Amino acid sequence: MIALLSRDLRLALRAGGGFGLGLAFFLLVAVLVPLGVGPEPATLAKIAPGILWVGALLASLLSLDRIFALDYEDGSLDLLATAPIPLEGVVAVKAAAHWIVTGLPLTLVSPLLALLLNLPPQGYPLLLASLALGTPALSVIGTFGAALTVGLKRGGLLLSLLVLPLYVPTLVFGAEVVRRGAEGMAVSTPLLLLAGITAGVAALLPFASAAAVRINLR
Amino acid sequence: MSIWEYANPKKFMETSAVALPWVTAGTVLCLVTGLVWGFFFTPDDYKQGSTVKIIYLHVPSALMAINAWLMMLVASLIWLVRRHHVSALAAKAAGPVGLTFTLVALVTGAVWGQPMWGTWWAWDPRLTAFLILALFYLGYIALWQAIENPDTAADLTSVLCIVGSVFAVLSRYAVNFWNQGLHQGASLSLDKEENVADVFYLPLLVSIGGFVLLFLTLVLLRTRTEIRLRRMQALLARERMA
Repeated sequence: MIALLSRDLRLALRAGGGFGLGLAFFLLVAVLVPLGVGPEPATLAKIAPGILWVGALLASLLSLDRIFALDYEDGSLDLLATAPIPLEGVVAVKAAAHWIVTGLPLTLVSPLLALLLNLPPQGYPLLLASLALGTPALSVIGTFGAALTVGLKRGGLLLSLLVLPLYVPTLVFGAEVVRRGAEGMAVSTPLLLLAGITAGVAALLPFASAAAVRINLR
Repeated sequence: MSIWEYANPKKFMETSAVALPWVTAGTVLCLVTGLVWGFFFTPDDYKQGSTVKIIYLHVPSALMAINAWLMMLVASLIWLVRRHHVSALAAKAAGPVGLTFTLVALVTGAVWGQPMWGTWWAWDPRLTAFLILALFYLGYIALWQAIENPDTAADLTSVLCIVGSVFAVLSRYAVNFWNQGLHQGASLSLDKEENVADVFYLPLLVSIGGFVLLFLTLVLLRTRTEIRLRRMQALLARERMA
């Protein structure tokens, strides 16, 4: 499983566009929003939590269709399905690789973008915490969407339609944590719910994703 | 003799051919009675005036929007466990019907909300949850459309339906948490005293019955169409082979 993880990471790095594209997209969202709504610091501070979370969500959506597509095309997914590790494990590793390539860098650069969007300083640690807790859920849910659409020719658009409604709870609780944090309110409830969602999807969704991959490979 | 006998397409077609006219008649009877009674023979509400009458459309369609997804969930589970094709096709047939009920609930709500709340739309938990439910229906229908092989499509949409149910419930409570809204509490419930007043209650029940029957009629009709389509494709495939 570790070998598979390092293989996926190497592929993502060398194929290019893995790290860079998501981050550039995230940056663009953070630049475009002030241009759209005006540079008023108070307004920006108010919408910053939501914008940062929506930006992170869309950026992680960008690379979802690559999770299985290349392996499906060159047949290595069939080999992985017959490999001695269970397919559920393969799927979980794929989700982890996706998170390391998109979710982790997004989390790390988010303070910089929060600066651009004038997020109040007490929101920073919570922004980092909520993204660190929430982006794994985005990757796992996205892997499920990718597993459903792996056999399709132009699955990309359908993938967003399938995955975005599933992202709703994560987005709501993630942005809520940052918003409350920025206003100096108690955050433990949404933070725990966010952690609960991540733990729940990480435990259960790989089974659904593996089932979907099996159906698609049949 | 067991209930699974009806999962046989032939038996299903025979039974539903007999049942369909009766169900249709029941639908028309209930809907006409409920709606005419509701619209013309109930007094105006002392606070909301005549706009209250939209509940005869709004509440039943909202109720059926959720129950249609529940029916799809049950049908999907039956398909996954027992591989009865009629079950998968019934789930497929119910998707667009459920989406329509969701949209009717959203539109009637907007039409009612404009004079009452002064706005067509508010980001209120119930409204938002329904919009998300509509998105779930869209995704479900789109996945059915996108996949060529019918068995693969049935399998994948079933998995999506199960996962979607969990997330639909989660979203419901998440948006609740996110924003407190304008929507009033439940109009009907079995365990509470606070139902709507008796004058509105009976026509509302009849109209809900009408919507349940309408759903049944449409799903039966659409399932029959799906089965015929499937047979036609099988015949065409056989012709090509020969």
